[in-house]
Amino acid sequence: MSRAIIQFKDVVKAFGQQTILDHVDLTISSGKTTVIAGPSGQGKSVTMKLILGLLRPDSGQILVDGQDISRMRTKALNEIRAKFGVLFQGSALLDSLSVFANVALPLEERTRLGSEEIREKVLAILAQLGLTGHEDKYPAQLSGGMRKRVGLARALMLQPEIMLFDEPTTGLDPENSLEIYKLFLETQRKFGYTSIIVSHDIPKIFNLADQVILVNKGKFSTFASPEDIQLSEIPEIQTFVQYTMGKVYLSREME
Amino acid sequence: MIRYLEKIGSNTIMILEDMGRMGAFLALGLGGIFKRPFRFSAMIRQVRLIGADSFWVIFFVAGFTGMVLGLQGYYTLRKFGSEGALGSAVSLSLLRELGPVLTALMVTGRAGSAMCAEIGIMRNSEQLDALECMAIDPFRYLITPKFLATLISVPILTIFFNVVGIFGGYLAGCGLLGVNPGAYWTGMEQSVVNQDINMGIIKSFVFALLIVWICTGRGYFVHVIRGAGFGAEGVSKVTTQAVVLSSVAILVWDYLLTAILL
Repeated sequence: MSRAIIQFKDVVKAFGQQTILDHVDLTISSGKTTVIAGPSGQGKSVTMKLILGLLRPDSGQILVDGQDISRMRTKALNEIRAKFGVLFQGSALLDSLSVFANVALPLEERTRLGSEEIREKVLAILAQLGLTGHEDKYPAQLSGGMRKRVGLARALMLQPEIMLFDEPTTGLDPENSLEIYKLFLETQRKFGYTSIIVSHDIPKIFNLADQVILVNKGKFSTFASPEDIQLSEIPEIQTFVQYTMGKVYLSREME
Repeated sequence: MIRYLEKIGSNTIMILEDMGRMGAFLALGLGGIFKRPFRFSAMIRQVRLIGADSFWVIFFVAGFTGMVLGLQGYYTLRKFGSEGALGSAVSLSLLRELGPVLTALMVTGRAGSAMCAEIGIMRNSEQLDALECMAIDPFRYLITPKFLATLISVPILTIFFNVVGIFGGYLAGCGLLGVNPGAYWTGMEQSVVNQDINMGIIKSFVFALLIVWICTGRGYFVHVIRGAGFGAEGVSKVTTQAVVLSSVAILVWDYLLTAILL
C-alpha cells in the first residue's frame, strides 16, 4: 500500500512579478514513478528545487513524509534531504574530485564508515553501473553517459527513499538514453525508491511513469496515463501534446 | 518622474538585498569554523594555493617595491642631508602601509579571482546544489576552509613582504647608492616600534577577511546578482566585479584603519 510521500498544498512561488507556481496541489505516492513534463520555463525545475528545499515557497505547504519543509530550519532540512538522491541534468559531479572521490563523498561526509568499508561500497556500486576501471578518472575525462552513471552511483550511495532525476537523458544519444532508462529500471527494482523524473524526452519517458504531471502556466495537471493526456480538453495541453506526441500516440512497454 | 522613483526604489531594494545576502554569507562562512567535522586537509590545501603558491609573486613585488623605496627615499632624503634615515623611511612605509596593502592586492589578483571563478563555476554547474542535496553544508565543506586559509596566509605573506622589501631597500640604498649599512639598520631599529608592526598585522587580517568574503561571496551568488548574466559570461563578470570591489574595499579600509590605529 503506497502512501503520500510528497505533497504540495496550495503552493505559490513567484520570482519578482512572474508567478511560477500559482496555488498548486500535488501528491506523489511512495514507490511510484512520477514524471513531471511541460514546456520550458513553466516551473519544472522550480518544482524540483522546492521538493529539495533549495527554494522556499512564498505561501502554502510542502510535506515530505508528513513533515512541512517550507519553513524548516537547515539542520532539520538536512535530515529530510538524507532521504533524497538527485541525478542532476549536468550530473553536477565535483570536477576537482576523481570518480571514486565523487561517489565516496556522501559516505565520507554523512556516515562514520572506515575508509576500507567506503572503498568496498564504492567499488561495488561502480561495478554495478559498469564503471570499473574508471575510478581514478576526473569528470572532464568522461563521456556524458558515463558522467550520468557516476552521478547515479553517487546519488544511490546512501540508499535514498526518493530519487529525483532532472532531465536524465538530455544531451545523450539514443543508445545512451536507453542505457540510462535500463539503469533506472534496474536500480529502482533493486532499491525500491520513489522516483520523480523531470524530462523533455516525450513520449518515451511516459512509458516509465505511473503518474504524469504536466506543468503549464503555473498550474499542475495530473494524469494517470499518456492516453489521458491526449484526451485532455485543456487547450494548452492539447497544443503541447500535438507538438510533442503527434496527434495519435499509443503507449507501449519499453522492456 | 514616477519611473525615476521606481528605479531608485528598485535599486535601493537590490542593494539592501545584496548587503543582507553578503552579511549572512560572512556569518555562515565564519560560523563554519565551529562546525564539525572540521576539514583540516582542505584548509591546508587552500593555504598552499593562496599562500605558498604566491611566494614568488610576493618575493618579486616586495623586492622591487623595497628597491624603489630605497631609490626614491635616497634622492629625497639627500636633499636634506639625511640619507641615514633611509632605513627608517623604508621600513615604516612597508610595515605600516605598503606591505599589507600590496600583499592584499596581489592575493586578490592571484587567489581571490581564482576563488571567485571556482565557486561561480560550481554554482553554475549545480555542484553547490548537489552538495546541499547530499546534506553536505557547502560552507563547512567549501567556504570555511578558504576563509581560514586566507586569514592564515595573508598575514604571513605580509610579514614575508615586509622582510623582503626591507632587504630590497637595503640593496638599493646601501648596495647601489652607498648609504652606510649601519645607519640603515640602526635607523630602522630606532624608529620602528611595536605599534607599527601591530598596525600592519591588524590591517593584513582585515584585508584577508575582505578578500575572501567578497571573492567567494560574489562567486556564490553569481546566479542572483542582477546584470551578471549567465554561464561563462556571468562568472567572468562577477570575477572582475569581485577583484575590483576587493581592491577598492582594501584601500577604503586601509584609510579607516590608519585613522583609527594611528
